[in-house]
Amino acid sequence: MDKTLNNKAWFMVLPVLLLVAFSAVIPLMTVVNYSFQDSFGNNQFFWAGLDWFQELLHSERFHNALARNLVFSGLILAIEIPLGICVALCMPRKGIGVPICLVLMALPLLVPWNVVGTIWQVFGRVDIGLLGYTLNALGINYNYTQDWLAAWITVVVMDVWHWTSLVVLLCYAGLVSIPEAYYQAARIDGASRWAVFRYIQLPKMHRVLLIAVLLRFMDSFMIYTEPFVVTGGGPGNSTTFLSIDLVKMAIGQFDLGPAAAMSLVYFLIILLFSWIFYTLMTRDSDSTANASKGGSEA
Amino acid sequence: MARIELSHIRHSYKPNPKSDEDYALKEVHQTFEDGGAYALLGPSGCGKTTLLNIISGLLKPSEGDLLFDGTSVKDYSTQDRNIAQVFQFPVVYDTMTVYDNLAFPLRNRGVPEDEVGRKTRDILELIALEHKAGSKAKGLGADEKQKISLGRGLVRSDVNAILFDEPLTVIDPHMKWVLRSQLKELHRQFAYTMVYVTHDQTEALTFADKVVVMHEGQVVQVGTPDELFQNPEHTFVGYFIGSPGMNILKCAMNGNQARIGEHTIELSGLGNPPASQNTELGIRPEFVRLTEAGSGMPIQIQAVEDVGRYKIVRGLLDGLPLNAVVPEDQSIPESAAVEFDTQRLNLYADSWRVAREA
Amino acid sequence: MLELTDVSKQVGAETHIDSVSLRLEGGTLNVLLGPTLSGKTTLMRIMAGLDKPTSGSVYMDGEDVTGITVRKRDVAMVYQQFINYPSLTVYENIASPLRVAGTKPAEIDQKVRSAAELLKLTPYMDRHPLELSGGQQQRTALARALVKGARLVLMDEPLANLDYKLREELRAELPKVFAESGAIFVYATTEPAEALLLGGNTATLHHGKVSQFGPTLDVYRNPVNLQTARTFSDPPLNTLSIAKRGSSFDLGESTSVPVASNQQALADGTYTAGIRPHHLWLDRPNGEFVEVTGTVVVCEITGSESFVHVDVLGQRWVALTHGVRNLDAGSSVPVYLRSSDFLLFDEHGQRASALMEAA
Repeated sequence: MDKTLNNKAWFMVLPVLLLVAFSAVIPLMTVVNYSFQDSFGNNQFFWAGLDWFQELLHSERFHNALARNLVFSGLILAIEIPLGICVALCMPRKGIGVPICLVLMALPLLVPWNVVGTIWQVFGRVDIGLLGYTLNALGINYNYTQDWLAAWITVVVMDVWHWTSLVVLLCYAGLVSIPEAYYQAARIDGASRWAVFRYIQLPKMHRVLLIAVLLRFMDSFMIYTEPFVVTGGGPGNSTTFLSIDLVKMAIGQFDLGPAAAMSLVYFLIILLFSWIFYTLMTRDSDSTANASKGGSEA
Repeated sequence: MARIELSHIRHSYKPNPKSDEDYALKEVHQTFEDGGAYALLGPSGCGKTTLLNIISGLLKPSEGDLLFDGTSVKDYSTQDRNIAQVFQFPVVYDTMTVYDNLAFPLRNRGVPEDEVGRKTRDILELIALEHKAGSKAKGLGADEKQKISLGRGLVRSDVNAILFDEPLTVIDPHMKWVLRSQLKELHRQFAYTMVYVTHDQTEALTFADKVVVMHEGQVVQVGTPDELFQNPEHTFVGYFIGSPGMNILKCAMNGNQARIGEHTIELSGLGNPPASQNTELGIRPEFVRLTEAGSGMPIQIQAVEDVGRYKIVRGLLDGLPLNAVVPEDQSIPESAAVEFDTQRLNLYADSWRVAREA
Repeated sequence: MLELTDVSKQVGAETHIDSVSLRLEGGTLNVLLGPTLSGKTTLMRIMAGLDKPTSGSVYMDGEDVTGITVRKRDVAMVYQQFINYPSLTVYENIASPLRVAGTKPAEIDQKVRSAAELLKLTPYMDRHPLELSGGQQQRTALARALVKGARLVLMDEPLANLDYKLREELRAELPKVFAESGAIFVYATTEPAEALLLGGNTATLHHGKVSQFGPTLDVYRNPVNLQTARTFSDPPLNTLSIAKRGSSFDLGESTSVPVASNQQALADGTYTAGIRPHHLWLDRPNGEFVEVTGTVVVCEITGSESFVHVDVLGQRWVALTHGVRNLDAGSSVPVYLRSSDFLLFDEHGQRASALMEAA
């Protein structure tokens, strides 16, 4: 519903606006500035125009990193969203099991990112890691420092372990808000378990799923810490994602101009994909918004 | 359609019920005849929804049996009982069209698509939503959604019964009139066995042929609207049916005479309760005549509510509250008295009605 | 005194409130009557200061409060949902607005006890809201609104979530409660019967417009336009398009009724007649009644009265009659009516008799 217009409210949010300006807008503008310049250290800058962008968009290194990112995010979404829904569906709705499940689910989310990386780095080691050692003892050739496939599996499984809980918690919140009458009606209508999921649970989870997909996409697309800790982008460049590449370029090689151009493109890609997801998933929910507005007086 | 028998059903939400208090539903032994329209009427917490859920199979009774056409269905699932239910808040499948919503129960049961089409179109016509057949259900108004909920029940022509759980709660007053008369019309045309749960006496009385009045987990009276109005079997029924409810006046019995304070009322043919019991006289406000002081029993008028069609006079008779309903055009005398229509008096002993002498 | 002048509220392309002007006096009860989405809640939000009107002004005791937010206004609100602090006792719930205002403990105690007494909550003072019945929870919310001593008390369908009988009891008590305060009460409801039982003044709302405002019975008996008559009628108003020709009204289907003496001055022409359900009779009453034949559609019996839905003169009408009538659907019944019961409206939906009196 509409609120009273109160111009004082703008003063109230001013501190936050300033904070955002200093922490986000100004650095962003600096990056934009860098991306059009070339520097040779000593604070000397030369106008480079769109050169960096052209170079970047034609660089194979960038293409590969971008492709790796897209595949990674695709895999993450394809695994975590269905898995999260399944786990949420299996969780109890009442009784002592509820708090236990919720705490268990929240645990991975409480672990700092670099710790998650370290845990898996150790866990997967062939010499002392429980996972790596066991797998090799079973005759499976697993070594994430040498085999690109093993590295990918490790990074993906690690992310699934770390973040599926978030999807579960969001879906669970969506599920418990469905009124009991819907399930009763479905039983009376003779709906199968699948039909209940397809026509009641999924539509009612629509909004939380949108949030889950957006969050997981953005986070996985920006992934840095965990693969950096575990594989350092290797073996070779096989797990070098855009973020890792960016840091290599900016800090390792001190190529500020290309790195800045890359950050901008990176940022625009995330924005573009988020927008696409958002529009696709909210496309037919306009009528819902109208209906809920209409219902607000009831 | 089926005849529904509730055989000595009791239900408790506690695992080991001991006393009567522990039962949300005390013993109910009741038959709903095939093709009848019944209402379960009572305040919240009286057990009416519990009873409905037992019939639909959403709840299994602690004790007793439930029979559809003589067959015990106590252990049947909701699906197998083949009933339809309309809930308080309209339940529609948001992502489906109106047509698909109505076809859903048939498709779930593997009915061939051409038959689904025929039946669904029939129902669309019946609930007057043909023009909305292709629209998504979620954009519709509450009354249209409720019609869809009803339609999903009607589309299965073989249902044993249609159950209603306060279905008009979210409907605007004007729309209630339309939906109510459509329901009655449907019942008349197709003779479904219908059970309608509500706390609203108008809805219950206008809908049902027989109303089951419930109070604290017990059935206190089953009767036609007329019987419930004229001869409430229990003072609770007198109070609950009618607006305002029946006047219940404590009285002392002396042979055929009832004494209320210093007034004596001759009762003829109302029967003689044992002297030890608490006796009360019941008279509907509609049957209390307001007159000028001089004739009848003087009352102290406390308030007059003019509600347009009639006036409600609230007064005190010897300190006991007494309401009277007087016609729109009758003036209220300065000092008033009341007379009771003795034909309409009921006598209660320990809250239960004393049977009239033949 | 609360005064709204020409208040409108636009949201996007939709008009939620359409130039409403109202004057509510202190110590009165004012009912906003209208169906869902007629703008009752929006109007209340504007009165409270939760919403700002797109145009127009709100005055409280002569002071322009249009842009002033709810926090700085002196209002209390009661909602359809029972809103109490679940962790506080009934006593503390009622006392909460006074504690916020920093009232002295002795005064709080005295005010809380008198409000509780008025709303019959004295035995439940130490309980928590969730241990109470719905009716008692709503009484607690009402007591809290009253004890605040606000100049404006807004109630948005406060009884809608209660059982029928509880509603009846509270409804009978509310006018007393209101009379003891001195505040301006505004009460929104969808039910015409509720407005009649509460009395006071009524404003009928339809599509964001106030179609009439005045003493409740006056609005009910003398609606100035068709919309008001429709909004303020339960069962729905029966209507018919009729034509006045000299000394008779042509009802169509070659039926006519003589024009009543107070309608003689009306110009010839077509009118919409509104006939209240209790003005249709199924037994011949005394007086100048005309008989028309109807077909029974459905009979609804409430014990003391019956609602008979009949098809008459090409319309589906409801007749409210005394006693039990169980007529077979499809059977013919005589329906008696007379022109002096007609509420007549011109082609713009304005009350024709009102125009006549003005002329």
